[in-house]
Amino acid sequence: MPDKMHIKVTVNGQDEEFLAEPRELLIYALRERLNLTGPHVGCETSHCGACTVIVNGKSVKSCTMFVGQANGAEITTIEGLGSPDALHVLQETFREHHGLQCGFCTPGMITRAHKLLEENPNPTEEEVRFGMAGNLCRCTGYQNIVKSILAAAAQMNGAQEAAE
Amino acid sequence: MKDEVESRDDRVANLKGLGSARKRVEDVRFTQGKGNYVDDIKLPGMLHGDFVRSPYAHARVKSINIDAAMALDGVVAVLTAKDLEPLSLHWMPTLAGDKQMVLADGKVLFQGQEVAFVVARDRYVAADAVELVEVDYEELPVLTDPFEAMKSDTVLREDLEDGADGAHGPRRHHNHIFLWEEGDKAATEEVIDSAEVVVEEMVYYHRTHPCPLETCGAVASMDKVNGKLTLYGTFQAPHVVRTVASLLSGIEEHNIRVVSPDIGGGFGNKVGVYPGYVCSIVASIVTGLPVKWVEDRMENLMATAFARDYWMQGKISATKEGKITGLHCHVTADHGAFDACADPTKYPAGFFHICTGSYDIPVAYVGVDGVYTNKAPGGVAYRCSFRVTEAAYFIERMIEVLAMELNMDAAELRRINFIRKEQFPYQSALGWEYDSGDYHTAWDKALTSVGYDDLRREQAERVEAFKRGETRKLMGIGLSFFTEIVGAGPVKNCDILGMGMFDSCEIRIHPTGSAIARLGTISQGQGHATTFAQILATETGIPADSITIEEGDTDTAPYGLGTYGSRSTPVAGAATALAGRKIRAKAQMIAAYLLEVHDDDVEFDVDRFVLKGAPERFKTMKEIAYAAYNQAIPGIEPGLEAVSYYDPPNMTYPFGAYVCVMDVDVDTGTTDIRQFYALDDCGTRINPMVIEGQVHGGLTEALAIAMGQEIAYDDLGNCKTGTLMDFFIPTAWETPNYVTDHTETPSPHHPIGAKGVGESPNVGGVPAFSNAVHDAFRAFGLRQAHMPHDHWRIWQIANDLGLHD
Repeated sequence: MPDKMHIKVTVNGQDEEFLAEPRELLIYALRERLNLTGPHVGCETSHCGACTVIVNGKSVKSCTMFVGQANGAEITTIEGLGSPDALHVLQETFREHHGLQCGFCTPGMITRAHKLLEENPNPTEEEVRFGMAGNLCRCTGYQNIVKSILAAAAQMNGAQEAAE
Repeated sequence: MKDEVESRDDRVANLKGLGSARKRVEDVRFTQGKGNYVDDIKLPGMLHGDFVRSPYAHARVKSINIDAAMALDGVVAVLTAKDLEPLSLHWMPTLAGDKQMVLADGKVLFQGQEVAFVVARDRYVAADAVELVEVDYEELPVLTDPFEAMKSDTVLREDLEDGADGAHGPRRHHNHIFLWEEGDKAATEEVIDSAEVVVEEMVYYHRTHPCPLETCGAVASMDKVNGKLTLYGTFQAPHVVRTVASLLSGIEEHNIRVVSPDIGGGFGNKVGVYPGYVCSIVASIVTGLPVKWVEDRMENLMATAFARDYWMQGKISATKEGKITGLHCHVTADHGAFDACADPTKYPAGFFHICTGSYDIPVAYVGVDGVYTNKAPGGVAYRCSFRVTEAAYFIERMIEVLAMELNMDAAELRRINFIRKEQFPYQSALGWEYDSGDYHTAWDKALTSVGYDDLRREQAERVEAFKRGETRKLMGIGLSFFTEIVGAGPVKNCDILGMGMFDSCEIRIHPTGSAIARLGTISQGQGHATTFAQILATETGIPADSITIEEGDTDTAPYGLGTYGSRSTPVAGAATALAGRKIRAKAQMIAAYLLEVHDDDVEFDVDRFVLKGAPERFKTMKEIAYAAYNQAIPGIEPGLEAVSYYDPPNMTYPFGAYVCVMDVDVDTGTTDIRQFYALDDCGTRINPMVIEGQVHGGLTEALAIAMGQEIAYDDLGNCKTGTLMDFFIPTAWETPNYVTDHTETPSPHHPIGAKGVGESPNVGGVPAFSNAVHDAFRAFGLRQAHMPHDHWRIWQIANDLGLHD
């Protein structure tokens, strides 16, 4: 068995450190060591996106990143996007527009959508569909997911304009 | 009083009852990543299980050496069939009356079959140990084609006595499972032999897989101190799992608690009992520690239940004017290595005999031969009610082929053959009683909405332009009109392993007028916590927001047969409404006592009982609930609870009309879905938002199946589609926007008239997409091309038709 690595990461603003085999996947470190069970394992081949988190400002499928590769990184999961008292806009619009059913893809979906709207605050429907193509959903047919994301963009832009 | 200033409309709106597009209560936790799925469960000391699986599709297992695996630090146990045999758990019964190896007993019959179960400290050690188990195989001839299997000397199931009957009657070959027949064969053949027009076609509905985003898994925890087994798992039928677990293990049923936590999609994949569940239970009993088993995606696609794989040889006859006179169908059904279909016992081909569809066909016959091959077992109802999808695809293809033969418009052919409104309840030639329908109205609405005549004109112009060399794109108009049969089912007809398919609801009204209701079903994304509360709100006058819905814990929920086959609303929904009515009946007596009048002098009004003729005198349900607990009422026992077990008198028959308009690039085989219109009639609509969501999702699964998704094997029985790289799931990019519509024809026998909708779009969607592809090439003579219609296969169609010359 290879030596364990000393891993230091910042997850949702919280500093974490632990020893782990370098081969351990980031998703299992998050889920099983840090008890952040929002991101899910759907395929372990980076196709489905249920495990999507943000690593150093980029959307990353945490099922195909070794925890060793994430050493020193700043990580955001669904648990870091909003709180029960202050939901993220996307958490509200997904509910409002019925953008989820079984909920298994939802944390990855919202985490990716959050990043997408940072990359492109005013996307067209086509850009949303393209930008979300790394996240699979088996329940919704995407129509209401797209609607939820466009609604969130409109709300965030509206709030932005109001602030200016 | 506040209530007095509230209008009746306000009071109705406050309930968020039937018909309200109520936002889902589930979403609050799911959007925050606070769902609780099986793999989220973490118990103290929990071990992890993982399978050694067969790389061969057919081989003798000569020896298994576990020494190296056991020597690995962190490995606790390695189970093989030999370890399970003393417990009689090396084989288990399937839901179809067959039996299946839990762990390889002398041989393996499909690639990915479970051979040994490794139990270790964590999932990494378990995976390492799997690699260290040495299995010596001797390869045997592989049969992947059911037609070949029926001729081959190779015996797949050596455990079955040659010549002995199977669970469904005589077997005429060692690889044969059953022949199941319905209808009048002789009369059908006579009609077809003497008909003016007959067409014959082989319609293949390929093997695919439900592939929910969450794979299957379980956590078993045997508490040796109190003798109780708790089993968490991805179970679409938790109560059935408890009973089966009890029968298999000998643990008394009261000592088993089965919990289905949140389920990340099921679509039929999570109905069956898998070796992983059995092995985690045994491992927990052996080790005394909780054991988790969660399959990975490859295991899910290769080893847990597939769907379809039906070769349907059809003959349909008609008059020259297009009136259908008879339908004949013979199916060769590839069941894989074990018959593990999830069908009601009496129906080894499920409800396939709904294959006369929406049409008034006077005589019909269907025969289904089930066959063993070296493929994974299953044959589950992937988002459909037991082979209804196959049936709908079959008849909707046969209609199209007949329309071609008659040189008729396929929409018109459907119209002249629809069962007419006044014929309901309609007795079909294959034995069903359709409860209600108005097909002509739905069809006309659909065709008008899409501008059908204009589309046909545009299509004709496109064909001419194509012939002139001005375009390389053809246009297909895919039509589909389907009738489903859901809500299994009357107990007299429908059971699984002897367990009658009723369902249940138990309600407790709290003193302050809020409530909890528990059901025998389990949501996998359908939103039961939202919609069942709506049924109760309308029935009891308690706002849906004040009603908690719980499912999936067998220690607390009433016994029920679970959620699949669109049965939750037709069966458990009915139980819910009737339990609500029991609450209301008692509430009426309490209200009358409080108002000091006779029971018959008060009537229910939204959220209260009012004195007839004097609505200013009333008692709200809140007041009644408080009184039920806290006031001594002569002749009435305290409390306000009810339970209802519902055995439906008939199944329900949702229907719908779908139109898909598609451009097809002849040179690349790519397609562009320009328009998809879906009209669904699911009877009374409980929550239009949820219905629309179900339709979007079901259509997208249909898109996947029709246009690219398959479980394919090579000649050696290697599964070629074991990852999401090869197994097509559409992304947001490939998926079109859908237009949804509805008509509303309530079920006459369901307490609230609801029929169920979750599976309709998959049942009706597949023929709509497939017919669009076929229709694009109709002008060039294409009669039948097998799904999935991926780019390569569409290119081949064009090539075979000489369109690349």
